[in-house]
Amino acid sequence: MNKILEVSHIKVCYQAVNGEVEAIRDVSFSVSEGEFISIVGPSGCGKSTLLSAVAGVTPVSEGKILLSGREVSEVSDDIAYMLQKDNLLPWRSIRKNVLLGLEIRGMITEENLSYADNLLKAYGLWEFRDKYPSQLSGGMRQRAALIRTLAVRPKVLLLDEAFSALDYQTRLAVTDDVYKILKKEKQTALIVTHDIPESISMSDRVIVLSKRPAVIRNIYTTEFDIPDRSPLLCRDHAAFGEYFNQIWKELDVHVS
Amino acid sequence: MYHNEISKERKIYLKKERRNKIAVTLCRVFFIVAFIAVWEIGGHLGFIDTFVLSQPSRILGVFADFKENQLLLHIGTTLFETAVGFLLGVVIGCFLAVLLWWSPFLSKVSEPYLVILNSLPKIALGPVIIIWAGAGTRAIIFMALAISMIVTVLEMLNGFNNTDKELIRMLETFKANRLQIFTKIVLPYNIETLFNSLKINIGLSLVGVIAGEFLVSKAGLGYLIVYGGQVFKMDLVMASVLILAAAAAILYEVIVITQKLALKYINHR
Ligand SMILES: Nc1ncnc2c1ncn2[C@@H]1O[C@H](COP(=O)(O)OP(=O)(O)O)[C@@H](O)[C@H]1O
Ligand SMILES: [Mg+2]
Repeated sequence: MNKILEVSHIKVCYQAVNGEVEAIRDVSFSVSEGEFISIVGPSGCGKSTLLSAVAGVTPVSEGKILLSGREVSEVSDDIAYMLQKDNLLPWRSIRKNVLLGLEIRGMITEENLSYADNLLKAYGLWEFRDKYPSQLSGGMRQRAALIRTLAVRPKVLLLDEAFSALDYQTRLAVTDDVYKILKKEKQTALIVTHDIPESISMSDRVIVLSKRPAVIRNIYTTEFDIPDRSPLLCRDHAAFGEYFNQIWKELDVHVS
Repeated sequence: MYHNEISKERKIYLKKERRNKIAVTLCRVFFIVAFIAVWEIGGHLGFIDTFVLSQPSRILGVFADFKENQLLLHIGTTLFETAVGFLLGVVIGCFLAVLLWWSPFLSKVSEPYLVILNSLPKIALGPVIIIWAGAGTRAIIFMALAISMIVTVLEMLNGFNNTDKELIRMLETFKANRLQIFTKIVLPYNIETLFNSLKINIGLSLVGVIAGEFLVSKAGLGYLIVYGGQVFKMDLVMASVLILAAAAAILYEVIVITQKLALKYINHR
């Protein structure tokens, strides 16, 4: 398969008044087209930093990041982000929320508009297009937020703890929903989470990071022989517990 | 609601609430009526000195003679000055707030000055303002502006800076520039802040105008109060104060209603 993203030996440091923080020491991995990669690691280890480097928001001190063969040197138009919470604007209708990314990037064209409208139609939001976020359920809002990022047709979608603000039950349903949508759209995705089951069930490979400064401790390929794989089905599979135990040990979490 | 019928407990609760409300209203009416009655009758019986304290019926007399007293001219003058001072204060204040939000550097630099200017009693600047702006309407408007502007700047800037950081980050992930962040997020997010600052401002502008009219003026409610005091026409003074109270309440209410309409239209929270 085509390698869409190649991260090689990157190091990221933050400069602050009281010193330098080395967030990422030496991280390399690559992502194929349509692949889902999860990144787990202790909190504060540099997961968000890694995404932000891939997006070109945070510059790397060493190493390089190639996106479709081109080096990422500034904020990239080929990347879209999903952050914690849906961040829909309460004063905009659902359709106008969905078009926000296109609007900001100056990409409002006939073609892009109909693409966004088709996404709304495909994922059951068309009849809610003139409603406001407060009139929708949490799951629907998350869908709208997802469509807002898909509408700009990113090469790689970054999800930074995108579901952590949802309650447990909603999260199970929403991750399942998002997974199916992303697979159907053949979207490549990089998913940061602190939830081990979420990382296993959502992705093809799980990258486990060490504590700060982050290096890769291990990469697990999660294979489930399920025909139409989905997060909820994976959770029921016998192999699931095995992966969980391995990653849990690798993370080496202690209360101290 | 699971039942169509109201439960007994609920009935008792509702009754109690209603009674309480009626009692409060009755007490309010009673106090104002009693106050006016004692004032009026006391004046007639002679245990209240109407020369110093005036009397409700004599205040009414001033209202009845509104033509002779040129009340409309004075009210109009004060309202005009207040409106101009208020609008200028809001426009200039908001403009400065946007500027300071735009440039965190400028904001840092100006912070101590703003704090000092804010706590300075602006009325102390009265004589200076007269020298700068001339002894006339301009000085009065200047006074209103001086009092209301800094508060607007601080209030709006505070609102801008407290805009939900997550929303701004979301926009930044789409590579939004500062202007887009302002127009798409910061401004709509702060409509309520704007109205809150308008509410504070309308009162402050009125304070500034009256203070200005005390110092220099040939017309206006402030002028009427000073003039009435000088020639011991307490009826005129009291009538002016009443008009002022009513004007302040009405202006405030106008903003409250506008806010309700605007929020209903813009904000679908
Ligand atoms: N802008 C910044 N300036 C300085 N230090 C930062 C900045 N952003 C993050 N850090 C530090 O870098 C480390 C990694 O942060 P982050 O990538 O957000 O961790 P994670 O997402 O894994 O919880 C943390 O120790 C954090 O304090
Ligand atoms: Mg993080």
